[in-house]
Amino acid sequence: MLKSLLSDDLPKSRWLALLLVAILIGLAVAPFLFPGAKSLNVAARICVFIVLAASFDLLLGYTGIVSFAHTMFFGIGAYGVAIALTRMGPGWDAVAVGVGAGLVLAIALAVLIGLFSLRLRTIFFAMITLAVASAFAILASQLSDLTGGEDGLNYRLPVALRPSFKLFEGFNGRLLDYYIVFFVSLALLLGMLRIVNSPFGSVLMAIRENPFRAEAIGYRTVVYRTLASCIAAAAAALAGALLALWSAQASPDTTLSFDIMVDILLMVVIGGMGTMYGAVVGAVLLVLAQNYLQALLGDRWLLWLGLAFILCVYFFPTGIVGRLRRR
Amino acid sequence: MLETDSLTIRFGGHAAVDGVSCAFKPGTLTSIVGPNGAGKTTYFNLISGQLPATSGTVRLNGQDITALAAPRRTRLGLGRAFQLTNLFPNLSALENVRLAVQVKSGKALDLFSRASTHRELTDRAREHLAAVSLSDRADTVAATLPHGDQRKLEVAILLALEPDIFMFDEPTAGMSIDDVPTVLDIIAAIKKRGDKTILLVEHKMDVVRSLSDRIVVLHQGKLVADGLPAEVINSDIVREAYLGGAADG
Repeated sequence: MLKSLLSDDLPKSRWLALLLVAILIGLAVAPFLFPGAKSLNVAARICVFIVLAASFDLLLGYTGIVSFAHTMFFGIGAYGVAIALTRMGPGWDAVAVGVGAGLVLAIALAVLIGLFSLRLRTIFFAMITLAVASAFAILASQLSDLTGGEDGLNYRLPVALRPSFKLFEGFNGRLLDYYIVFFVSLALLLGMLRIVNSPFGSVLMAIRENPFRAEAIGYRTVVYRTLASCIAAAAAALAGALLALWSAQASPDTTLSFDIMVDILLMVVIGGMGTMYGAVVGAVLLVLAQNYLQALLGDRWLLWLGLAFILCVYFFPTGIVGRLRRR
Repeated sequence: MLETDSLTIRFGGHAAVDGVSCAFKPGTLTSIVGPNGAGKTTYFNLISGQLPATSGTVRLNGQDITALAAPRRTRLGLGRAFQLTNLFPNLSALENVRLAVQVKSGKALDLFSRASTHRELTDRAREHLAAVSLSDRADTVAATLPHGDQRKLEVAILLALEPDIFMFDEPTAGMSIDDVPTVLDIIAAIKKRGDKTILLVEHKMDVVRSLSDRIVVLHQGKLVADGLPAEVINSDIVREAYLGGAADG
């Protein structure tokens, strides 16, 4: 049962297993264990970023594709929900339309970028994704009628997700919202874990290891790479939609900025590339650090965070999960 | 049947393979010999699709495959082992072979089942590993295998593709004396089945003489001799071509 749920990809390290169980339980009971608006917000962001980092790892760690357009797909998902809720009013129909439109646009863009440029060498592909993502971010801030420009959009969530809504005593709309984010994120993570351990996933790793030989034994790499890009884009868009559904606002800073791109890159590298669990550990560490390190270390917290990253990458080149799995 | 017709590739002004026309029948083993730089590996690259031909055609069972990409040619039955070891370095030996088995299974686009549940693929991969006597190395990461074992794994991947045309590019190069018979026995066993076409690039003349039904000689990109081993090896043109440039024969 557990083996099937984890797609045979067991943690293979007692400490990693303990860490993952602690994260799972921590997030599952976060609203009761750590009451308060800020900690609930941090827990929800952790869930969202786990999905975002894991989907990026599917590209970078499993397929060997270096893309800087991942936040673009995240932003598309967020803006899809935000725009639909702004235009159509706070209803579940608007959420469905927003999520659907975001997914379609994200996948269509991923196919286009993939077919046009995945034949290129890694570095040129990375440059193209950077250009497309920058263009998209500028577009989002210029089309202010649709996107609210630099200020972004603030909108009302469906009634059932508002604090004033009571499902039953002690369980309000925010909690319902949190558990939607939690369970959808968990399902997406397990889904991606299944994909990387499927026959398809084994081809992705073959392409990462030796694209030339993967072609020579009969795999058309551009097909597999494009498909991997589409899956990652769809997962990122869903992560964006979850964030929009949680925070009731979408702006270029919170969904499209290059800072977020750097964050998810760090999450994947620190956690351990090519392992879904690495993305989980990396996302938890980074979101926690961003939210609590300032209180602990004062104004120079970014300096200490930077130093910690350098040491981390220096001493654990395979990431935290890579280190824990080493016997 | 595999045929090449006036097959040519030019790099700038230099024709690395120059108008080579040759047909390879099922059930025969043809050795392609010639000094270093004669164009043997380039000729292989043109047949298996790693390089695009400048002119001329490659036909497989009457179908023109000159314009097809390498993956299509492999799925049509062209199998190739590489001269320089060309594996998936951080995957296990078993996974290297399993990936080759998986190509024809039609399972490669299956996103939602666990790869480990497809027992038949793993079992077939184990059989091919056993054929090159690497069973006890199944879980070893390819990059950490000794050189000789990597060469054998290369052959196991080719076997796993179950092709109609087997192309071996110096399969025993750099192998220890003990490992060479394993590979030669495999080639002999494929030949014995009688329905497979085998192309072999090899420098060791004793190997060529004992295995080949036919020898084709390339020299400076051109086909200069073609015939039975006994005839070709002793012909003047081969002596001149070979002894002119072969120090490692």
